Amino acid sequence: MTDIPLTTNQLSVTYTGDREIEAVKGVSIDFPANTLTTIIGPSGCGKSTLLKSLNRLHDIQENVEIDGDVSLSGDSVYDTDVPAPEIRRRIGYVPQTPTALPVSIYENVAYGLRIHGDYESKADLDEKIETYLRKVNLWDEVADRLDAPGAELSTGQIQRLCVARSLAVEPDVLLCDEVTSALDPVSAESVEETLGELKSEYTIVLVTHSMAQARRLADEVVFLYLGEVVESNDVRSFFEDPREKRTKTFIGGPTPVDRDDVPAEPTATPPTPDGGEGSTVDDDER
Amino acid sequence: MTTDTNDLRDRTRSNRLGRRLLAERYSSYWLTAAGYLAIALFAGITLLLFYRSLPILSEYPLSSLLTSANWDPAANEFGFLPAIVGTVYVTVLSMVMGVPVALGAAIYIAEYAEGRMKTLVAALIDVLAAVPSVIFGLVALIVVVPFVGNYVAPVFGANTVGVGIFTVSLVMAIVITPFMTSLTVESLESLPDELRETSLGVGATKFETIRSVLLRAAGPGIFSAILLGFGRVFGATIVPALLIGGQTQIPSSVFSTGQTLPTLIVNDFGELMSLPLTQSALIFVGLMLVVVVWLFNFGAMLVQRRLKRRWQYR
Repeated sequence: MTDIPLTTNQLSVTYTGDREIEAVKGVSIDFPANTLTTIIGPSGCGKSTLLKSLNRLHDIQENVEIDGDVSLSGDSVYDTDVPAPEIRRRIGYVPQTPTALPVSIYENVAYGLRIHGDYESKADLDEKIETYLRKVNLWDEVADRLDAPGAELSTGQIQRLCVARSLAVEPDVLLCDEVTSALDPVSAESVEETLGELKSEYTIVLVTHSMAQARRLADEVVFLYLGEVVESNDVRSFFEDPREKRTKTFIGGPTPVDRDDVPAEPTATPPTPDGGEGSTVDDDER
Repeated sequence: MTTDTNDLRDRTRSNRLGRRLLAERYSSYWLTAAGYLAIALFAGITLLLFYRSLPILSEYPLSSLLTSANWDPAANEFGFLPAIVGTVYVTVLSMVMGVPVALGAAIYIAEYAEGRMKTLVAALIDVLAAVPSVIFGLVALIVVVPFVGNYVAPVFGANTVGVGIFTVSLVMAIVITPFMTSLTVESLESLPDELRETSLGVGATKFETIRSVLLRAAGPGIFSAILLGFGRVFGATIVPALLIGGQTQIPSSVFSTGQTLPTLIVNDFGELMSLPLTQSALIFVGLMLVVVVWLFNFGAMLVQRRLKRRWQYR
């Protein structure tokens, strides 16, 4: 695919509170269409900040300054007359914490559709809800209790509900912020499966600090460190033939960066007996 | 020598453990006693009020006490209807005036105000919530009473000096608004940012987010805030006593003077000692207040439980 729906151009994000911190420093990345791009890096390296700046979620915060630009299919995201809500509809966002809105399971998925009036009749809405719940492999688990509060689902189910809610408004791009880090291994696996199935249809940007996850899911990998892009490449080259020394250190075992947040990658530490590509779900998330 | 130090350390440690366990046991006695005391107080007060209400209840049927409009203790006429109507008027009017303002102010502070403005407004409202209501009553006597008498009432074609049901309601609305605002702000601010991000993330506007997500998620807390406001108006004594005019009649309009249940007790307090039946009648008013407040709290608990399930979020 040569189509590039989302790009950033010298994007910088600065927190201008008591202490000025430039969290993202002049980042220029392309996110190709129908591809899953992961942004990896240690905690505090600016991954989430970068992700939220892609669909203007920082607008709701005070003391955030943004320089450079993001463009969506060639149109600027910041320097534009298009209202922020419409931009956010086109660039969906799934937060790190599985979040159920205070409404029923059905209404959680219908939320965006109702806001935008994207349905013709009740039957049409019903059909859409089913479609998207099936898309995230949740339909069979909740079909008999669509009226129950969304918050009564398990965290893993809620995370898939979040994905369904985001997909329902038919975004061009889906931003996912460490969507498996709050989940138990089994739930994390099912969310990963869902993302894996969706990536052929959607442009997905996934922030993660788990290299195992990046390796399993990604087509493209961007390595962010202290707010700067150290290296970005397709997943194979990135892991097998990293160009930068810092990348080698980061994927190559215990890093000098932040050992609590970046535990040793199982596949990269020889003594781990069950390491390897096939290790199901990372246990380095908690 | 080392054995000696070890022995000493062991003994100190076991002494210390003994003292800790003692403190543990007595603290649990004390806390349990405090808990039972609260229950005993409630039961004791209710029973006492009920017992001392018996004379009036055995003299007149409950239905006539509650429906008679004639209140003249000197002539042994005990009709509570005027005070009941006055209380309902004041409570409803205050809530109608206070709740929308409190909600609006709280949403502004929690979701719109930024930086210094936010700190300033929130701090001012917290201070206002802590001002004793007698001060609002005094200020109202000087400012609100003439304002209502000269400007508000004439607009509605009413003739009054300014004291009365409407004035009391307005001032009580002012008393409870900062209080309800402060509690509502707390409920809204305790919501996780993910709720906002999630809603905005599918393209909702800020107002849609507030209306469809935040007000629901904070709903049980807001409901409590409103209920506490209601409780304060319902039991308000000093502001109505200062501003209601104290005539025991069924109010003909909201600008009439009148009486609320608490002011009935305050105004006729002087006669308590001399006339046993009046004493009993006023104690019965106290019983009504306790029972209504209790019923309301109980009902609210049920509603709250439902809301919490229906509007739960994560």
